[in-house]
Amino acid sequence: MATAGEILRRSLTEEIGFSKESVSGSEELHVLAVDDSFVDRKVIERLLKISSCRVTVVESGTRALQYLGLDGEKSSVGFNDLKINLIMTDYSMPGMTGYELLKKIKESSTFREIPVVIMSSENILTRIDRCLEEGAEEYILKPVKLSDVKRIKDVIMGGEVEEKNRGVRKRGREDSIYSLLSPSLVQSSSSPAFDFLTSELQSSKRPKLQTRD
Amino acid sequence: MDLLSQLQRQLADFTASLYREGFVDDQFTQLQKLQDESSPEFVVEVVSLFFEDCEKLVNNMAKALEQQVVDFKQVDSHVHQLKGSSSSIGAARIKNVCIAFKTFCEAQNREGCLRCLQQVNHEHAQLKTNLQTLFTLERQIVANGGSIPAMQ
Repeated sequence: MATAGEILRRSLTEEIGFSKESVSGSEELHVLAVDDSFVDRKVIERLLKISSCRVTVVESGTRALQYLGLDGEKSSVGFNDLKINLIMTDYSMPGMTGYELLKKIKESSTFREIPVVIMSSENILTRIDRCLEEGAEEYILKPVKLSDVKRIKDVIMGGEVEEKNRGVRKRGREDSIYSLLSPSLVQSSSSPAFDFLTSELQSSKRPKLQTRD
Repeated sequence: MDLLSQLQRQLADFTASLYREGFVDDQFTQLQKLQDESSPEFVVEVVSLFFEDCEKLVNNMAKALEQQVVDFKQVDSHVHQLKGSSSSIGAARIKNVCIAFKTFCEAQNREGCLRCLQQVNHEHAQLKTNLQTLFTLERQIVANGGSIPAMQ
């Protein structure tokens, strides 16, 4: 079945200038992971590496901003060299929280298109809401599992990373009234049905996708 | 039964008992999945990191609880960290003690906190011994030409 979905995806990525080549199947996803816990850093690094991602791990939001060159200091590394495709950050960190880091990233014209996933051990709806409203791609509950990483990677690699397409909003493992899509739908991100659904759910932000069915 | 089979049997039984008695949970199984030829010592490494972290946090909690005026927010933040890392490696009993510990912090109950601290120490010691046994069995199996079976 051809796919209105694929045509849409292609035109969307062109539209926002997000280079799909940087996350094509032949290249690795480069993930920046941020966590203040030694143990969690080691685990997330391994989770990502075993999922064939290139990983940079830092211990704080400040370090993350330094790495990205957003800390006000002139960084010698340009965005193109870094090619970060995904940022995964812990929520509760001393100094700068994951939420504050998220805000800074979304405020940056260079980096705002990078999907940010928040990780937290706490299933607090108001917190989850706040993060998603600020533009987080997902809010996942710790402890993070291999299946979480796989799912996130599939979503990111599917190319659906620009703001208009943030249909994947998993709140937590339990179903909640806020879950817009069930995990099973998330997995089939390449099917036209999925694209249609995401468009249905994005009421104000983009034109309705016309599918053949 | 040859030595290798005996060892493997021992490992399987021992591992099963760790899960059954709640020392470790599913997240510990997740860790096994992260170990492979490129990172053959991953579980041992991350578990060591955890025990170091645990000791450090316990010391901090003890110091904070010794103060004339206890800063329960401080204690709580250490407990929160321990809860997080124990959860990340599947150290279920320690994680559960932390959950109770947190409520005592919130209630600003010094006695309750001290009891939980004692429990954390106890569980830490038990888990350390148990995992050392596990890792030793695994090493013996590998030394005898076997490979470590996947955790159930």
